[in-house]
Amino acid sequence: MFKLVKTMTSLAALVLASSLVQAQNVTEFAGIGRLATPAEVKAWDIDVRPDFKGLPKGSGTADQGQQLWDAQCASCHGTFGESNEVFTPLVGGTSAKDIETGRVASLTSPNQPQRTTLMKVPTVSTLYDYIYRAMPWNAPRSLSADDTYALVAYMLALGEIVPEDFTLSDKNIAEVQKRMPNRNGMTDKHGMWTVSGTPDVKATACMTNCVAEVKITSTLPDFARNAHNNLAEQDRTFGPYRGSDSTKPPLKALPGANYVANVSTVKTAAPASQTTPAKPAAAASADNAALQQSFTKNNCAACHAPAAKGVGPSNADVAKKYKDQDVLAKLSAKVKNGGSGAWGMIPMPPHPQVPDDEINRLVKWMLTGS
Amino acid sequence: MNPKDLAFQPGKLQKAPENFLSRDFASDLTEKGMDDTRRGFLRNSFFGALAAGAAAGGMTNAARASQGDPAILEKQPWQTTLGQPVAAKPYGMPSKYEANLQRRESPGLTRVSAASVAFTPLQGLFGMITPSGLHFERHHQGWYDIDPAQHRLMINGLVKKDMVFTMEDLMRLPSVSRIHFIECGANTGMEWGNVAVPTVQYTHGMISCCEFTGIPLSLLLDMVGADFTKGKYVLAEGGDGSGMTRTIPMEIARDDVIVAWAMNGEMLRPENGYPLRLVVPGVQGVSSVKWLRRLEVGDMPYGAKDEAIHYVDLMPDGMHRQYTSIQECKSVITTPSGGQQLLTTGFYNISGIAWSGRGKIKRVDVSVDGGRNWREARMESPILTKALTRFNFNWVWDGKPAILQSRAIDDTGYVQPPIRMLREVRGTRSIYHNNAIQSWKVDTNGEVSNVQVG
Repeated sequence: MFKLVKTMTSLAALVLASSLVQAQNVTEFAGIGRLATPAEVKAWDIDVRPDFKGLPKGSGTADQGQQLWDAQCASCHGTFGESNEVFTPLVGGTSAKDIETGRVASLTSPNQPQRTTLMKVPTVSTLYDYIYRAMPWNAPRSLSADDTYALVAYMLALGEIVPEDFTLSDKNIAEVQKRMPNRNGMTDKHGMWTVSGTPDVKATACMTNCVAEVKITSTLPDFARNAHNNLAEQDRTFGPYRGSDSTKPPLKALPGANYVANVSTVKTAAPASQTTPAKPAAAASADNAALQQSFTKNNCAACHAPAAKGVGPSNADVAKKYKDQDVLAKLSAKVKNGGSGAWGMIPMPPHPQVPDDEINRLVKWMLTGS
Repeated sequence: MNPKDLAFQPGKLQKAPENFLSRDFASDLTEKGMDDTRRGFLRNSFFGALAAGAAAGGMTNAARASQGDPAILEKQPWQTTLGQPVAAKPYGMPSKYEANLQRRESPGLTRVSAASVAFTPLQGLFGMITPSGLHFERHHQGWYDIDPAQHRLMINGLVKKDMVFTMEDLMRLPSVSRIHFIECGANTGMEWGNVAVPTVQYTHGMISCCEFTGIPLSLLLDMVGADFTKGKYVLAEGGDGSGMTRTIPMEIARDDVIVAWAMNGEMLRPENGYPLRLVVPGVQGVSSVKWLRRLEVGDMPYGAKDEAIHYVDLMPDGMHRQYTSIQECKSVITTPSGGQQLLTTGFYNISGIAWSGRGKIKRVDVSVDGGRNWREARMESPILTKALTRFNFNWVWDGKPAILQSRAIDDTGYVQPPIRMLREVRGTRSIYHNNAIQSWKVDTNGEVSNVQVG
């Protein structure tokens, strides 16, 4: 008995020692931190749980949702939530049968090209929570509670989970939950939720003659050799391990100690503090760099590349189309308020968060050879 | 240890100084081999270089050629001129010769760089600590450099008092400093079905390991009077546009989670959550919420976007595992690794990293024959819980094809599995938590490539 008590005591000591600090007498920290006001908690505590705790009162129709969608969501997600251009598709791959069973059959189908949001999401609260807290992408926290109900209703209608004329509200959302196609498709019965969980595989540490024949089952295909750009430029140019020159076929033989890959090796970053004061000629290029940075920072570069067509037209194509035309105001307005998809399926999203001056500067830059 | 491993030849003379040859010529020579034209060119260039040196040093060609390496015989500018003053770079940066080692995106992985990944260049790193500027990046809605004077942490939910803390408040409290890895749950996720990317930067570069300083989450939970009877979960929320949220079980939250403001001795970098982030040791990186603004104690998991749509592991029967968190024991050889080029046969120091989300690394084994035979590697100290452990292994390469692998074992006895074993249980489409043994093939031409073996 004594031995058992001793063992248990040392076990308890171990448990305590394993946490970072032992239980603190927190009274000595009086005056550090303050009470949150109810208004502050309300402002930040916006999460919505699967049991709908935290869900604001309100409602919205799928029709209203469609209007918001076309204006604010379709540019990334496609008119029907099907687009694969920017993000993985939201809608598709679910069936009436799935709504019955609560398991999405296409998740096991090798023919299903993409796993859409509606195929995976088990809880409708997740859609509400995330749209309300983080969408649209470039202007999060700009949607009202009713807007969010409308958008969720529209998404669910696109997935034929609710009818096209549906009104979603805090009153009926629990009923909608019962129709979520993948509501029974999640499990937390696995060994990876906590440290004490049991792993799902048990390998052994064999030391000799462990496999009869070593077979290579997968290699990088030749066409992908340079898909991550020149690997020689991603490693040191001295020492025992150089990067392979992936712009060329593999070497025919061991290169020997004198090997130097034929690459523009080290890219020197512009020295920070030792630059001479910018001369007028250098000023233009500094300006260009600032514009390039702004172009990236404001996520223009996500869709527009200098010369190649991306989700949107290239800067060169835009410049070519509007050559010698006075379109600065027109295009700036389009950047601010969004466009209709003049260049293809994906319309230009609105950018209300970018200041007007900056939009003007960026458009001018695109038009005059960025 | 096989004594043969140590039978390398020390003090081997460099045959001809590299800088005698132009890059073009050296490369041309390597590809096409030596012929009379090239040999003639090489001879001229060798003597040309010697002549240039001789003119400066007043020695004859022959004398110089017999005496040795110009890097030693000639006075270099850094020996003969005045160097730069202190604080020429008030915040120090790596040498310009290290510029190739950078965080990089994997082309085609994502379409929008504000919701993407930049991978750590593991192929060029040493030891167990990741330099702050090379810690991998994963943002869900872009990053911000948040003014710490404007940053607040709120704690609410099943607590006696809903409270707000400023950075001053938090930094007054008793802090701890711990070294931990952070690994994205999707690290090595591109390799579930087949080889997809060329180098260790892209296969394993969503792991980094730093020293973090902050206060234990358990201290804050005590201060707000968290209800540990009903409150079984903590929600962590970020202050960025995505307001990213993740559920942490109370068992983990009260154990070793840190509310951190510092990384490797300085404040967090903006890309890594400045001025405040959570560090949840051993758990996939998405739970170490950056720009941490709120913690809520609750009685059920929250089913957030990144635990109900993403970061769920698809099993072959169509069921998803939800709330998969622990990063199981894993290791990888970082040199030599995919996309690298060996120049000669002979001795190499195989080096890599091992880690486990369940504790310490107990042992690492290395195979150079594709997993047929294994020998124990040397582990460098310190060996810490839920941190990277560096291992090294002596290898004399005979020039024949070889397949290098490493296999880690943690202090729970768990052995890092081969990919085949994981696929048998989880299929090939689960994206997350691929901790399989990595294979690098060394070809007779010295090129190392990413392969999988059956």
